[in-house]
Amino acid sequence: MNSITNVEKKIDVVVISTEGYLNKDLGESILVIAKEHIGEGFIKFLINLKDSNIVNSIGASIMIELIEELQDKDGALAFCSLAPIVEKTFTIMGLTKYCSTYESQEAALSAMA
Amino acid sequence: MGDNNLKNPTIELKLPIIENMELVATQTADVVSRHMQLSEEKSGEITLALIEACINAFEHSSAEDEIYIHFIICDDNLTIKVIDRGAGFDSDNVETPSIEQKLASDERKRGWGIMLIKELMDSVSFESDHTGTTVTMVKKRDENE
Repeated sequence: MNSITNVEKKIDVVVISTEGYLNKDLGESILVIAKEHIGEGFIKFLINLKDSNIVNSIGASIMIELIEELQDKDGALAFCSLAPIVEKTFTIMGLTKYCSTYESQEAALSAMA
Repeated sequence: MGDNNLKNPTIELKLPIIENMELVATQTADVVSRHMQLSEEKSGEITLALIEACINAFEHSSAEDEIYIHFIICDDNLTIKVIDRGAGFDSDNVETPSIEQKLASDERKRGWGIMLIKELMDSVSFESDHTGTTVTMVKKRDENE
């Protein structure tokens, strides 16, 4: 199943956790949730991909759309718990130039606070 | 193993053009990678390159029925061919994307597949004409694999 498993607010950071294949559908679901929270004034987002160890370029390109949304609002997007091939994909595509990546959710929240 | 006497054993798949069916191919790639005792890193790279090649075949080929994937186990490499019977394309005319260019424009953020395949595999070639496209991707085996 490819889905968002949890959305929670950790002070001013919205943490979105997923499971399964980060493809077009899951990417769009993340974008919809993020836009809803941007509408409420949140500008810091952490995507926890611990249970999504496979990605395609369409899902990743939708994350570029989210980077663009947040750039307009001086916001931040970060990822945590990436499988090596997911991190490599994000690096090749250049996402890691615009987003931080962290080994764990705890490390990410500590850095983003 | 039963295939020890085979020269370049080959696994062939036929996939219908249905969303997410590329994951069927990745499961076969996992089995082949384990058989060849490729590293986890190489296996992951093969998986992603294969996903991208299948998606390109699904989305850009205009193929009406199915695509074909051949996994050819060679002594020193794994060769994967992704074959469609679509309209073909000119790989020389595919622009190399950059995130800066994507962020600076209103255009779609997509178009990364060929770049990713080239980055992840040791060699990639395209044969394409109006009858279809064959993408040939090679991942070399290390001496200790």
